[in-house]
Amino acid sequence: MRYLGVDIGSTTVKATVIEDGQIKYGSYVRHGAMVKETVLGELKKIEAEQGDGDYCVAFTGSAGMGFAHRSDIPFVQEVQAAYIALKRYFPSADVMVELGGEDAKIIFVTGGAEQRMNGSCAGGTGAFIDQMATLLNVTNEQLDELALSANRVYPIASRCGVFAKSDIQPLINQGAEKSDIAASIFMAVVDQTVSGLAQGRKISGNVVFLGGPLYFFKGLQKAFKERLGLSDEQAIFPSEAPRFMSMGAALYAESLKPEKLSQMIERIEKSKTGDGIIKGKPLFASKAEYEDFLARHRQASVERADPSLYKGDCYIGIDSGSTTTKMVALTPEYKLLWSCYLRNDDPLKIVLSKLKEFYSVAKGACVKGCAVTGYGEELIKNAIRADFGLVETIAHYKAAMHFNKNVDFIIDIGGQDIKCFKIKNGAIDSIMLNEACSSGCGSFIQTFASSLNMGVAEFAKLGLFASAPVELGSRCTVFMNSSVKQAQKEGASVADISAGLSSSIVKNAIYKVIRSSPDRLGDNIVAQGGTFLNDAVLRAFELELGKEVVRPEIAGLMGAYGAALFAMERSSGSSTMLDEKELSELTYTTKAAVCKGCTSNCNINIVSFSGGRSFVLGNKCERGAGRKPTSNELDIYAYKQDRLYRSVEGIKGKVKVGLPVQLGMMEQLPLWAGFFERLGVEVVLSERSSRKLYFEGQHTIASDTVCYPAKLMHGHVESLIGKVDFIFLPCESYNIDEGKSTNHYNCPIVAYYPELLKANNARLVDLVKPYIDLNKRDSASRALLAALNKYIGGLTLHRVKEALSAGMERARQYHRDVVKKADEIIEKANKEGKQIIVLCGRPYHLDAEINHGINKLLTSYGVAVVSEDSIFERSKGVQVNVLNQWTYHSRLYRAADYAKGQKNMNVVQLVSFGCGLDAITSDELRSILEKSGRLYTQIKIDEINNLGVVKIRLRSLLSAIEEMR
Amino acid sequence: MTDYTDNYPHWNKRMKKTHVILAPDMLPYHFELFAAALKTEGYNLEILKNSSRVVIDEGLKHVHNDTCYPCLCVVGQYVDALKSGKYDLSKTALIITQTGGGCRASNYLALARKALGDEFPTVPLLSLNFSGLEKKSSLKLSLHLLSLLAYCVIYGDTVMWCHNQTLPYELDQGSSAAALRKCIDKVKEAIAGNGYKDLKGLCEFIAGTYASIATSAKNKIKVGIVGEIYVKYSPLGNNNLEKMLLSEGCEPIVPSLIDFVLYTILGTINDAKMYGTSKIKAAVYKKVYAWLVKLQKVASDIIALHGFERPHDIEALRRHADEVINQGVKMGEGWLIPAEMAALYESGVKNIVCAQPFGCLPNHIVGKGTIRTLKNMHPDINIVPIDYDPSASSVNQENRIKLMLAAAREMDRVG
Repeated sequence: MRYLGVDIGSTTVKATVIEDGQIKYGSYVRHGAMVKETVLGELKKIEAEQGDGDYCVAFTGSAGMGFAHRSDIPFVQEVQAAYIALKRYFPSADVMVELGGEDAKIIFVTGGAEQRMNGSCAGGTGAFIDQMATLLNVTNEQLDELALSANRVYPIASRCGVFAKSDIQPLINQGAEKSDIAASIFMAVVDQTVSGLAQGRKISGNVVFLGGPLYFFKGLQKAFKERLGLSDEQAIFPSEAPRFMSMGAALYAESLKPEKLSQMIERIEKSKTGDGIIKGKPLFASKAEYEDFLARHRQASVERADPSLYKGDCYIGIDSGSTTTKMVALTPEYKLLWSCYLRNDDPLKIVLSKLKEFYSVAKGACVKGCAVTGYGEELIKNAIRADFGLVETIAHYKAAMHFNKNVDFIIDIGGQDIKCFKIKNGAIDSIMLNEACSSGCGSFIQTFASSLNMGVAEFAKLGLFASAPVELGSRCTVFMNSSVKQAQKEGASVADISAGLSSSIVKNAIYKVIRSSPDRLGDNIVAQGGTFLNDAVLRAFELELGKEVVRPEIAGLMGAYGAALFAMERSSGSSTMLDEKELSELTYTTKAAVCKGCTSNCNINIVSFSGGRSFVLGNKCERGAGRKPTSNELDIYAYKQDRLYRSVEGIKGKVKVGLPVQLGMMEQLPLWAGFFERLGVEVVLSERSSRKLYFEGQHTIASDTVCYPAKLMHGHVESLIGKVDFIFLPCESYNIDEGKSTNHYNCPIVAYYPELLKANNARLVDLVKPYIDLNKRDSASRALLAALNKYIGGLTLHRVKEALSAGMERARQYHRDVVKKADEIIEKANKEGKQIIVLCGRPYHLDAEINHGINKLLTSYGVAVVSEDSIFERSKGVQVNVLNQWTYHSRLYRAADYAKGQKNMNVVQLVSFGCGLDAITSDELRSILEKSGRLYTQIKIDEINNLGVVKIRLRSLLSAIEEMR
Repeated sequence: MTDYTDNYPHWNKRMKKTHVILAPDMLPYHFELFAAALKTEGYNLEILKNSSRVVIDEGLKHVHNDTCYPCLCVVGQYVDALKSGKYDLSKTALIITQTGGGCRASNYLALARKALGDEFPTVPLLSLNFSGLEKKSSLKLSLHLLSLLAYCVIYGDTVMWCHNQTLPYELDQGSSAAALRKCIDKVKEAIAGNGYKDLKGLCEFIAGTYASIATSAKNKIKVGIVGEIYVKYSPLGNNNLEKMLLSEGCEPIVPSLIDFVLYTILGTINDAKMYGTSKIKAAVYKKVYAWLVKLQKVASDIIALHGFERPHDIEALRRHADEVINQGVKMGEGWLIPAEMAALYESGVKNIVCAQPFGCLPNHIVGKGTIRTLKNMHPDINIVPIDYDPSASSVNQENRIKLMLAAAREMDRVG
């Protein structure tokens, strides 16, 4: 009997025929969304090569599911198929890891069989690698070759493809070696697999690696072996890896009834396509409607001047964006003299060559000023000695204001970011910027189009008259990509997908970034940014808002246009920019290095220019840039980071307790240090947070969507195991009642994370996690006594109570010191006329690995920094719309309440990705501030290392404050 | 105190006569009974059954997209209904439940109010809660009503429990659905005629009605559904999970709502024991607890007598919880989730879908976080955690459930 297994994945079709235990046929083909055709092609080929007649057949794979159902063919789930094949062909395997285009799977064979697939956030591994190759402008094969010759691996966020891209894009722009980036991409995939799939189990022993990416990419193989510490014998990369699941399906078919192959082919040919996709309305009902639309938007044009004929002054604006570089030259009469719009490869190279081009074209123009904006601002400004640099929000705002003085609302969708402004009385009223999840929407269309071998314009055009745009979701590009795959398999056309993507991106902007009802946006809306050059996107935006908007003809150039306006405004009458001769003589080299300024070991890139100038990129602080760091005397974070650890006196003792310093312990350290030291117990603290520490605990993380502080906790406890008699981390449903709120809960994570830590780490035997309510000293003392008796000799209730009092006093002292320091900072800042930022969040945002040194960034901008816990008591309390029931959140409301009454004080909220509670607090905080006419700024943080977005936010805030004055 | 609260329409008693109150469809078996119960006190409650994609889209438009999926579904149902033109907005109110626990769910009310404020400024949103929240705009619960609602929970559970054990095996298609209608109508009739306290009689009627349905041998693969309360019960929240399992030839088992009610009450009782909070309050709660447990036992005995599996017993659930996690874990569904998983396993249901909204905070710990412990205790327990989210593709969810089912069938085959 012949057994046929067909695996239909998200991007490929694999088939295997087995007869008498021998593999007679095996294939692996990309289906390019033509699933039915590809499968039929394969089956017919088998029929031709192997002959018709009886076969036992089973389908498998994510796309095989619906397909098999519709054609009435037996189906086996793909992980099950892999398991069957694994038992047959690799009986000695302990673990199997399979990465596909969309899904990742793991099977633990020994030590308790377990099969698992990735969570929803971590989808699209194979697709992610494809996208990154496109981003680097190389083929998949080149990407792999590059990775093998890498010298270093950059830390890249591994939570998902979108986050990873946010870290990779700046590396490309900094001119980091492509080989190093390639290796870093593979390492990010490995980290995502380890934390997302293993979920509390260690991947060790004989590991079989399967699936296309793990077969084709040697660089990925190397990264897995390295991270998991596997020897060559332990890491098995079978030659049948790409079609292993189809072999499993064939084996599964052994128990099925045979059928004639030709019969089956006939049935498939007759089968219907799926109906599992949701469809929307067309963007345009008719050609005429489109023509009207075009005519309306054509009105927003700019006047031009001929550069070859022009004689006179001009101002240059450069927008070095994340994915594209834009440059314009303006005449004093605001005529557009010259412009360019190019996709980034090496931004510096582009700017230099384009400037040369400008000089040679506009011979009669005399540059009177040059301003640079965008991610590449500092580098470009340094390289060409531009006069000014400005933050892109201000550049976009200036450009839009110039276009339409009555503008109420501006939206700019670029390649990586979405920026929106509400304008009131000609000034910025509020700024909305996307957070990490929404980033990369603009360039996603671009990458997607090129994966179909299309230009973005051509792709967009297809969508205009699509009859049934597909609903593709709006959460992020990873989810969209997976929906696209599903839609393709269900038979959706490229046109329908193009239109669907446009509306998904628009929905993301409207519901995730703007988040305001269209009525509140006003009537004069300007839509700009390269993404809006796409008519499908523009139309989808108008439809979704139910309003007409203005798209300037130069929508893609607005950042550069605004920069040129800025240069004109500020021009001193002459420019420092390199002239034609200096420019032609300029050369530069880029070198990767590790900064030795402190213990963080940041990866940096140094650009050296001819003439001895140089510039550092990728640094997180000023020391990295070779400058003297700003004094931290106006920075409460610096103070607290030091003061917190000084609350341990350091007494020695026979018994040692380990305190993992993250989450709640980041605030309660003084309390518990005081408590244990009073009992004569030596306090040992976990290692300071770092990326390395995170990796040490990574394999015990049970839920990949939890916040980064919680994820780090795994490393913290790991660093204490074996060094202490017990680790202490209490479970506290309730935090301390600070009054003026309905309740005083902790968030579920802070309250109960010790349960998860213990449940998912077999080595964590001595974790003491009593349930206590610190507001109830008696019951707390009894619970502590019961929990600690085993570890500490001669403990009595009396001693515990006394120690708890001592601990509480130490905690109060810590708090008093923090408040006092804030008083000093505020007084000094007031005296010196400095702005004060209330950098607020949770106590654990104090950790530099969590806050990425944002406090230092702020002080480098010359502002003072205080925290929510240091000033909230200055407010008498607030009544808010939401249920005010969490202690830490209650502080936020009160801190904002106080800050809004201070002229020189503004609030910046740090929010950890995955913090569900902050979806509530952040809106309320915004409402408190905006009711008082103040700006609200939110910074979402995770393991992402790139501070580019953060810088934009903070500088926008500071510039807006400046403009308001 | 600085007041930052927005104005919102309040509910007042007079509205009882004029207003229809729309309720989201959270519990398909129970809410119809709740509506009948409220009717006895003059409330005109209507359960929203709208479930098209528009509901989700409206939710996305009106609620912070990082808020949990249930909130999005609930608000989506409200907005879609209010926009439908079916209701006179000057005579329509909305209702939502609030537990006052430490997770986000207690804030759905505030989020919904904010979402509706601009577009529907005249529509009041009432809170249904047992913790004294929202005094200005909540449904006043008389003792009669409280007791009636408790009975409704038991009746709803009884119907759900018998229905789920009959439907997969019915020989005449539609007979279970007919029984469902008949039982719900019977209970509604009893509520209207103030005969709802005839617990024995009504449970006897329900169990008897289902027991009389002709069925095949009850040998399908059993799959338990546990998780966050909304996505556990609501077909809108869980993409028709029960239906999908039925079509895969499984028998879905959904634990009773009364266990969640008792779990919530135990939260207060446990707090008193663990932290020494109000003893008087705890004493009252203990009385209520004992009374409810008694009701549940009456129903369970009758259910079992008619040949159905016996529903979980709360004290047994607590013992199961103690094996896995501390009963101090009381936010969201807290210790109830691992307790239900352990109880399901003990009753022979080894296959479990643990359903949660994407990014649900308590579920990191009580759902995904406890699977390892449960696996160590019972190596053949077969749990799949599924995230629900407006943007997650249904194929992904289905594929993961199928993986769980493949393992289940394998176990079934091997024995």
